[in-house]
Amino acid sequence: MDPALLVEWLVKSGVIIFLILTGFAYLTLFERRVLARIQVRIGPNRAGPLGLLQPLADGIKLLFKEEVIPDKADKVIFILAPVLTVIPAFVLLAVIPLGPEISILGRSYSLSLAGDVNVGVLYLLAVASISVYGIVLAGWSSNNKYALLGGLRSAAQMISYELVLGLAFIGPILLANSMSLKDIIQAQSRVWFIVLQPIGFLLFLVASIAEVNRAPFDMPEAEQELTAGYHVEYSGMKFALFFMAEYGKMIVVSFITASLFLGGYLGPFVDKLPLLGPIYLLVKVTLILFFMIWVRATWPRIRYDRLMALGWKVLLPIGLLNIIITAILVILVGGY
Amino acid sequence: MPEDFLPIAVLIILATGLSFTILLLGQIFGPRRPNPRKGSPYESGMRPYGKGQRRVPIHYYLIAVLFILFDVEIIFILPWAVVLRDLGIFGLIEMGLFVAILLIGFVYAWKKGALEWD
Repeated sequence: MDPALLVEWLVKSGVIIFLILTGFAYLTLFERRVLARIQVRIGPNRAGPLGLLQPLADGIKLLFKEEVIPDKADKVIFILAPVLTVIPAFVLLAVIPLGPEISILGRSYSLSLAGDVNVGVLYLLAVASISVYGIVLAGWSSNNKYALLGGLRSAAQMISYELVLGLAFIGPILLANSMSLKDIIQAQSRVWFIVLQPIGFLLFLVASIAEVNRAPFDMPEAEQELTAGYHVEYSGMKFALFFMAEYGKMIVVSFITASLFLGGYLGPFVDKLPLLGPIYLLVKVTLILFFMIWVRATWPRIRYDRLMALGWKVLLPIGLLNIIITAILVILVGGY
Repeated sequence: MPEDFLPIAVLIILATGLSFTILLLGQIFGPRRPNPRKGSPYESGMRPYGKGQRRVPIHYYLIAVLFILFDVEIIFILPWAVVLRDLGIFGLIEMGLFVAILLIGFVYAWKKGALEWD
């Protein structure tokens, strides 16, 4: 094997992990500041200028906290569950192109770890569902009935909305004729898929917010009734891992939404200046993240039976209908 | 192409290493002073009653089974979506029939109350 290739992979993996870690740290701050502004407060602004060192302070605090393991907990599973939850959040980003190919010193590099994988979308679906295991195992191994209920609710909710997510994935695939995210982004060079797939985009948005357990679909961690849901018994760095998984998945989901529907790294002048690509992508991702926080600040949590009814009785039929209409149009119009 | 997935293996190894490092750091720096109160299940300060791992409502199982049915369907639609333009009208009608058969089952499950939550 070419050692240069291995170095390239290591560097790209490092960049992805760095992206998720810093993204996670500053997303927590961003969320707190935005929520505070919406609620006419100021938010954390003491640690460093504009509160920019707040994530660091939080991390150090969690590092020096005692890690309590309940006496009757299944210790091995209890310790492994947060790891199992956090790994998919890191690994998902591998197939998403962060920009067009750039050439440095005469060699051209693609700005994704494995963007050429021809089943990119399938990979996203498969890896995203792994984190359900971590959550269920965390709830089960804690030996706490609220944690168990939170884990079960989470599992039922995530698998229900995963169907909707899968159906929303199919629209862009139909239009791009490919499951590779690189091809899907390239197919949007003339018009973004949000224009051609408005219903698919809305479905995807709703399903992805439910998939990452964000308000108004944060039933698994409904503080008022389940104390904190599946991670009620976790403390210290294990709690930080769950937190990292949740925010990491938020970031990744925003990347996926941007790539599938908002043209990914495409934008004006990207052909001439490839380095603009990642900047456009980050701007789009930030806007989607802001939207998620905005939704959290605005909407009350919906009741669990209504949540499941919405997923199965409303979104699933709409998703199927959307695919059939899209397929008919693709056949009738041919190319778009 | 399996070798396309090698870089992902590198990323998985790095991510796993990082997660365990974070766990280890917490073990090293955190204090460890267990006592029976701390070790009991957290129930907002109330004395815990009943078992921690209790029986699970059958409904979750039903949802899981329905999920498997529809997830397989979606996995089946994915490759179809890639080659639809080559299949043409034939592919459209075939998939229409497939979805229609599944919809009958879906309507049956709905009418039977499998999707009701009480």
